[in-house]
Amino acid sequence: MIPIDLHRPAHYVHWGVVQISVPNLIVIGLMVLVFVLAVLVPFPKGRGR
Amino acid sequence: MSGSTGAAPVSESAGPSRSWTAFVRRRAVAALPPDKLLPDRQPAYVASWIYVFGVLTIAAFIVVLASGTVIALEGPQWYHRSSVGLFVNSLHLWSVELFFFFMVIHLWGTFFMAAWRGRRALTWVLGAVAFLASVGAAFTGYLVQTNFDSQWIATQAKDGLNSVGIGAWFNVLDLGQMLLFHVLLLPVALAALIAGHLIMVRRRGVVPPFPTEDQVSP
Amino acid sequence: MTETKEWTGPTREFDVVKEFLIALVVVSVLTLALAWLFSSPDDRPITLARWAKAAPGDFVATAVTELDGTSGTATYGPPYNSFPGAGQKLGPLPLQRWGGVRARVDTAHDLVVGPLGEVPADPQLHAALAEWTSAPAAVQTRWATAYSDALAKAPDGNPAKVAAGDYGPVPLMMTRLLRLGQTGALDGLLLAGAASQGTFYATDYTTPLLFLADGTYLEDAARAQHLGGDQWGMTNETGSWPGQAWLWLYTFWYQIKPFSTSGNADALVWGLMAVLSVVFVCVPFIPGLRSLPRHLGVHRLIWRQHYRG
Repeated sequence: MIPIDLHRPAHYVHWGVVQISVPNLIVIGLMVLVFVLAVLVPFPKGRGR
Repeated sequence: MSGSTGAAPVSESAGPSRSWTAFVRRRAVAALPPDKLLPDRQPAYVASWIYVFGVLTIAAFIVVLASGTVIALEGPQWYHRSSVGLFVNSLHLWSVELFFFFMVIHLWGTFFMAAWRGRRALTWVLGAVAFLASVGAAFTGYLVQTNFDSQWIATQAKDGLNSVGIGAWFNVLDLGQMLLFHVLLLPVALAALIAGHLIMVRRRGVVPPFPTEDQVSP
Repeated sequence: MTETKEWTGPTREFDVVKEFLIALVVVSVLTLALAWLFSSPDDRPITLARWAKAAPGDFVATAVTELDGTSGTATYGPPYNSFPGAGQKLGPLPLQRWGGVRARVDTAHDLVVGPLGEVPADPQLHAALAEWTSAPAAVQTRWATAYSDALAKAPDGNPAKVAAGDYGPVPLMMTRLLRLGQTGALDGLLLAGAASQGTFYATDYTTPLLFLADGTYLEDAARAQHLGGDQWGMTNETGSWPGQAWLWLYTFWYQIKPFSTSGNADALVWGLMAVLSVVFVCVPFIPGLRSLPRHLGVHRLIWRQHYRG
């Protein structure tokens, strides 16, 4: 039993000539979010010398 | 050699040598001494979460190889008829998604840092070629799924390759050839590119920040 | 330049082995979680048997075009044949033709006459095949084209409801081929070649895949899942799984002019992507592009601790 069954057809977002599946949009959205967080979230101060 | 006391080990010859092995060893150690290959300190400016995406990409690559190895042990059609096989196939699919996820974020970061500065162009080149090789490796993976998706991808992709005259050689309709590219040729090429990329990162160190105006030499 | 010298400024502790092992654990856990939550797609492949049973009209219509040399494969040009005028160009360069005919497929023989010739103990079929092979090419074309037109006009494209006409041995050949297809024998015959010269072990699916792709059954199934070329299909996957999103730029060009309306779209897109790939690899050497990051300023956020001193 799979918790989340992805066998159904995907939904698509249309924007001009662009057609993107919701799963792909989520992946790309997460990438942008993670990148922004990686740059903004403070990094722990190291034991410097 | 600094630090050694007493007699030299049997494996090292004293004085000039015509040994090819000694030559290679001396050059290798000079280029990448052990404390540069495996450092335990890094410049203080390496202080951002963006820096972890290189190692995350490598970790994902390891999981891709491991899950792929299990599939290889059982054969390319195992996962169609085994629920364990389907799970391992899922591990392989999602580790590939994570591999690209982390690699592209790593790419964005290194681009914004212009990480090719300071004789680091080769590092960038190796990474960029590795990205392209990864796209190819993933593509051949989709071709050898032996299911509907691979039928469609193969019959579509052939047009691109045929249009530039290489489709008869790199024949996406030839399962045997594509399987060998996917399981052997491309992973080996990719591993070599990644190894080269890592060696260059260690040799040149992590790229420093852009110098501010007062630091730029006249 | 300060950028090439070894760093002599402040350093911080860094455990490369520990970092790698932590990354490995994190990625392994993420992979296990994603695999357990979402699994992976595995739509079963379409056999020629399934095609022949589910869409006999399309199967026969496709087979006729293989016979009369008007199918996608028959008119493809290199590497499958040297159909006159076929072949994409990249500007003035006929790259497809330069590739040569290195994977020859004779559609009438390899896909129809050859497999039918392997059927034993069928005197009617053998007579039909003899009638076909002894007829001049112009007559063969007349029969096949007439049958093809009549099939298109038949209700539901049903081969059993084709109006009477002068089609020579074509209807009987098509009926037998359909039956051969429905048994699954054609899957084997096309993969291994005709039994008399066939191979036992076959790993090259060129012939059956070309036949399958000449019909509309495979394409209809693909378009239903948004996998068509003009649907950004390259980036999509069956079901609701993410696909090869990293192919976005490759498929993007196919969606816009001049590529979307060009007969040379594939060659043009390949040529363009080859150039862009070289640009990507050579960023460090391209003036303007290599100094873009400095102007964009994201590095000021990344190195803000350092810049604050």
